[in-house]
Amino acid sequence: MSEAVSVFGQEEIARKHLAHHFDTPQQQFDSGKLGMWLFLATEFLLFSGLFCAYSVYRALNPEIFRYASQYLDAQSGLINTLVLLTSGFTMALAVRSAQTGRKAVLIVSLLLTMAGGFTFLAIHAYEYAEKYREGLLWGTLYNPKLQEAQPDQAAIAKPVKVNLNAGWKPLNLMAQSGYAVSHSNIAPAAIGPAGVAPAQRPQFGTSTAPMPQPANVQLFFGIYFLMTGLHSIHVIVGIILMTWLLIRTIKNDFGPAYYAPVDFVGLYWGVVDMVWMFLFPLLYLIR
Amino acid sequence: MTTTAVAPVSAEASAAPVKNYLKQTTTIRSWLLTLDHKRIGVMYLIISLLAFFIGGMLAEVIRTQLLTPSGLIFHGGGAAYRQYNQVFTLHGIIMVFMVLVPMTPAAIGNFTLPLLLGAKDVAFPRLNLFSFYLYVSGAVLAILSTVLGAVDTGWTFYAPYSIDSNSYVVLMVAGIFLLGFSSIFTGLNFIVTIHKLRPRGMTWFRMPLFLWATYATSIIQVAATPVIGVTLLLLIVERVMGIGIFNSALGGDPVLFQHFFWFYSHPAVYIMILPAMGIVSEIITTFSHKTIFGYRFIAMSSLAIALIGFVVWGHHLFVNGQSAELDAIFSFLTFLVAIPSAVKVFNWLATMYKGAIDLKTPMLYALSFIVLFTIGGFTGVVLGALSTDVVLHDTYFVVAHFHYVMFGGAIIAFLGGLHYWWPKMTGRMYSEPWGKFACGLLFIAFNLTFFPQLVVGAHGMPRRYATYLPEYQSYMVVSTIGAYLQLIAFLTMAGYLLHSLFRGAKAPENPWGGTTLEWTTSSPPPTENFLGTPEVDVPYDYSLVEYDPAIGSYIRKEPVPFAEQAH
Ligand code: HEM
Ligand SMILES: [Cu+2]
Repeated sequence: MSEAVSVFGQEEIARKHLAHHFDTPQQQFDSGKLGMWLFLATEFLLFSGLFCAYSVYRALNPEIFRYASQYLDAQSGLINTLVLLTSGFTMALAVRSAQTGRKAVLIVSLLLTMAGGFTFLAIHAYEYAEKYREGLLWGTLYNPKLQEAQPDQAAIAKPVKVNLNAGWKPLNLMAQSGYAVSHSNIAPAAIGPAGVAPAQRPQFGTSTAPMPQPANVQLFFGIYFLMTGLHSIHVIVGIILMTWLLIRTIKNDFGPAYYAPVDFVGLYWGVVDMVWMFLFPLLYLIR
Repeated sequence: MTTTAVAPVSAEASAAPVKNYLKQTTTIRSWLLTLDHKRIGVMYLIISLLAFFIGGMLAEVIRTQLLTPSGLIFHGGGAAYRQYNQVFTLHGIIMVFMVLVPMTPAAIGNFTLPLLLGAKDVAFPRLNLFSFYLYVSGAVLAILSTVLGAVDTGWTFYAPYSIDSNSYVVLMVAGIFLLGFSSIFTGLNFIVTIHKLRPRGMTWFRMPLFLWATYATSIIQVAATPVIGVTLLLLIVERVMGIGIFNSALGGDPVLFQHFFWFYSHPAVYIMILPAMGIVSEIITTFSHKTIFGYRFIAMSSLAIALIGFVVWGHHLFVNGQSAELDAIFSFLTFLVAIPSAVKVFNWLATMYKGAIDLKTPMLYALSFIVLFTIGGFTGVVLGALSTDVVLHDTYFVVAHFHYVMFGGAIIAFLGGLHYWWPKMTGRMYSEPWGKFACGLLFIAFNLTFFPQLVVGAHGMPRRYATYLPEYQSYMVVSTIGAYLQLIAFLTMAGYLLHSLFRGAKAPENPWGGTTLEWTTSSPPPTENFLGTPEVDVPYDYSLVEYDPAIGSYIRKEPVPFAEQAH
């Protein structure tokens, strides 16, 4: 920073942004940075409540999570992960170019980061729409129509369909016993002397064997929508912040002597990225 | 503590007198949009005192109801009892979320923190104003919810009833969500201020103890409040979207709500008590005219209380479906909290020992605090023991416990702080005899109100009912008389404080002989707090102030010039 201030004219800019109760621009910058870190800590704690709920319910009902997570589209989740990672990189580039005073690069990298945010939201909206069509929603709205949505999983879905016709509702736990009799959990006989055929060996996560639908699957989708929804709200806020940065950049507000807002939004975007890096494996991958 | 650079500047300032922060500008707009921490503190003070008045009147309604076993106001069952539930719920919500949590940290803290620190303002003045308006909007939502259909869930909002209750829970909870964020931003602001805006010479261990207490409080505000935020958010989506996290009919678990709630709300009780303890530390040393005993122990015990306070929340769930192992662990951790609390009490007593004690009104409040908080702490330990809590849980014993700590502790210390810094805030003195009278009356009335509750609680009288067994009536009547006497004490206080505001004698710079920085600037201070940058030495050096009978106040002895001091 000190070398940057010596650039001609930068000192003046730094002074212009110095609030009256700080002694030096450095003190102001450090205060802002500490404040931002603290704020991000509270953001993380906000999510931590949900992570806590996730862990508690996963520990209590592992079968719900194993069953329901297979209906999440890991592929679009992966694409979104890559999109966010890339946008994290362009955001870092934005911070760097603000520090070095390259306005054009700053504008382009802000635009690219925003584009990343929008792509993420679009893919996510598509996923939500899919879940809505399949009736894979939370709590009282959970009303799966699986076989139309996923023809390849007809084997899994069929018994559910039967129950649906019988008027199955999440609250009507009794009806689920009806499901249990319509499907057997006993593994097929072994093929040949080698023992159990590979396809039938019980495997966590990767099993393609029909899995019975456990009770209270809606709990998983409740948590899924809560966590990803809160995260998406943060992405939207990030895009708004970047629009604000963009306007200020065009107005020549930033330079080597004053780039704190870009830096702080960069930190924020980093946390948004990081939260997703936890959400993706926890929701989409772990079976 | 030494201040240079102040005196020389004020001499030349006499040419163009510096206006104090109250007179700097006078338009309403200049108040509503102010970035001055002192004005923001005063605005917090006004609103939280208003809230305190409303909450207090609701308490009088509760006490009046309980004059007779079948209820004096709400009787006949059903709808009437539900109204009673609404009254005590609102009382609890207002007192906890709108009075206790913001009052000491945000009102007193905002006014005094930069002054005690020697800074010009808090680190983020705009954020400070934003916090204030978050607080106001939270209060507005709460009022709206009350007008439309007051909540009847108790201040704890336990699921599943808070999901089913057909009152305006969502609005109220959204209001508290905003209040929570107001509290988070205040804490964040204070942490950064203490880290980054300490002037030259103000090392960590030279900070006045109130700042240590505020620092510990702010850590709790930042680290615990987001959890209540997400809990309340979950409650909102539960009611609006039926998401099922806390609803056992949908596979959720209502006890999880209790865990989340107390994970915040237990630390939150320390948000109330820690700054109160900080105030008491300041008052005790000033009015004993003796340096504080065990400075580091008091400072560190604040941090210890803050940290241990995070791991004891389970003591609210001893009988609510928690495993026996967990019960035992939480019980042990709960006992631990009593240790740093006791460390403080012993240090205060040691500070007074052989001090030149001056029993002015703030000191009386500090002494009341020590007595009442000790009773509250001991009853807390009784509740923290598993075998006794099984019996006492959800009885009036718990009600009495938390009133001893929250009212007898937090509010009494707040009142002490209000009287202590009143001359600095307003530039006026209040009537000392009336102040002592109100404090004495309040102390007696408080014990009349809550001691009988400890007894009936031990006899098994449950809390949160509109009626009770006739055998408890004599206790309940005494308690209600106490509550009425408290009202008289508070009205007296309002009377002489308002009188002081308009007619009080002008306050000198240092009326009590305090040694911290705020007493080195004028009363009330100028907008910039200090005319120059204060230089700081070790705190609580009472050899530096002396009483000047000529002006009836304390003055600072000629400081040794900074350059000559050994370093
Ligand atoms: C020595 C320190 C303390 C200990 C050991 C302690 C212990 C306890 C325990 C075990 C309970 C649960 C009782 C039950 O529900 O069965 C409790 C309740 C409570 N305590 Fe404390 N406490 C302490 C200090 C405080 C302080 C300083 C405050 C507030 C300033 C406070 C406020 C409360 C409140 C508000 C409740 C109950 C709230 C409710 O159920 O509505 N406590 N305390
Ligand atoms: Cu507690």
